[in-house]
Amino acid sequence: MAPPNTRRTGFSKRAQYGTFFGYLAAMAGVLVGAAVLLFSILNKDAFTGVRGMASDVVAPAGMAVSAGREGVHDVGTTIYGWFTWGSTNARMKRELELARVRLVEARAIEEENGRLKALLAMRQDMTAKGLQPVTSARLINSTASSMRRFATISAGRDKGVVTGMPVRSPLGLIGRVLETGEHTARVLLITDPESVVPVRRANDGLAAFVQGHGDGTLLVRLISLGINPLKPGDVFVTSGSGGLYHPNTAVAAVMRVTRDGAVARVLSDPSTSEFVMVEPVFAVAAGMPQALVPVSDAALGTAPKTKAKPKPDQREATD
Amino acid sequence: MPLASAKPMQKINRAPSPLLARTVPPLAIILGSVLQTLPLIASAPILPPLGFLFLLAWRQLRPGLLPVWAGLPLGLVDDLFSGQPMGSAMLLWSLAMLFLEAIERRFPWRSYLMDWFVAAGVILGYLLLGSVVAHVGKHGPIATVLTPQLLLSVLVFPLAERFIATCDRFRLWRFRAIS
Repeated sequence: MAPPNTRRTGFSKRAQYGTFFGYLAAMAGVLVGAAVLLFSILNKDAFTGVRGMASDVVAPAGMAVSAGREGVHDVGTTIYGWFTWGSTNARMKRELELARVRLVEARAIEEENGRLKALLAMRQDMTAKGLQPVTSARLINSTASSMRRFATISAGRDKGVVTGMPVRSPLGLIGRVLETGEHTARVLLITDPESVVPVRRANDGLAAFVQGHGDGTLLVRLISLGINPLKPGDVFVTSGSGGLYHPNTAVAAVMRVTRDGAVARVLSDPSTSEFVMVEPVFAVAAGMPQALVPVSDAALGTAPKTKAKPKPDQREATD
Repeated sequence: MPLASAKPMQKINRAPSPLLARTVPPLAIILGSVLQTLPLIASAPILPPLGFLFLLAWRQLRPGLLPVWAGLPLGLVDDLFSGQPMGSAMLLWSLAMLFLEAIERRFPWRSYLMDWFVAAGVILGYLLLGSVVAHVGKHGPIATVLTPQLLLSVLVFPLAERFIATCDRFRLWRFRAIS
């Protein structure tokens, strides 16, 4: 494109100064940006309030969009369903028969479990009041163009949401609350590269960590190294170590085994879940706040402001 | 001209509104910044950075309309919504504006293809640096995640320019009657 003549400053001193100060301001912008970036990297809690306000402002638009999102997402599944309904129906009937039997067995085991716990005089109040969700909320939006994986939910301080609370859908764990605004809260999804969730294998309790991989999958890292015992299809649930997540929330299923761990798929895909539940922090709900890793004092409501972001440091706590 | 041809409009004795002419460009970019979070809950970064694409489009379609320092305030708004650490867009958008200014000094006569290539290069740099900033001190699968996003962004860029051109026509719409 031809250079527009209007941008030549010519002999006008005013225009020359204008251009000059424009460049100066741009350079200053670079410096200010770099300074703010450095500050926010070193101190992750900075700017929480501003971001909370910003997401409060766009929350209504997010609500309007989120209602339609699930419908759009289901179109492909619905069309696919037309072609496979026969075999799917037969398979589901079989599975339902099996599941009914299993359910009865599970009830018996639960009852036995309760009796044995009573025998050992263990804490029972955990299941009674601990699993009451704090609130349920709508997933409003997520960062779709950044490497970091955050989502926003439509409940904030006004509903009693505080930093550190786990967020789940009926299908499994989604993440945990990182920042709270007045009517919205920002959730660190478990697929974020900085999210680490202590888990165990559902069938034998093999302990591991699940870390975000940045591309929508999860990395399973074993605690005891040695021969890799993982197989594709293994399901991992939260172990409750670290005190944030309630035990036995489904997290991930192994897709591919690597040399020292596995790549896993998230069981509860946030893109298909419109409504999520915010649960209380496990250690607080279980009446053992002292068991909580010291990083998330905010979860107890006694937040000293100078704390670093509640980064997933559960590693030290479980070893 | 879809906007103007919708109904036969009197053009004589009409002037564009100065308010619209000034506020449409930044508002369009802010709209892009907010939009990139809304339409889907993504478990991986796939959407193009719309706010940044709109900034580039304004810069290339109307050089000189946005001041050189516009990257700082607009980047601030983008940082509020994008999920990147605060300050990353403030820094990178300011750098991009300066870089485009330098390109314009160096190559005053450019074809559309060259503009597109320059934009692709800038988008590549922006995504790479952005992922480096988001992962400070971490190593991630950057190539596998960024390639689809980069391809999509580069291919979507002409469409973003189309949208910005429509906004530009709206910006200079003559609907204020001069009495």
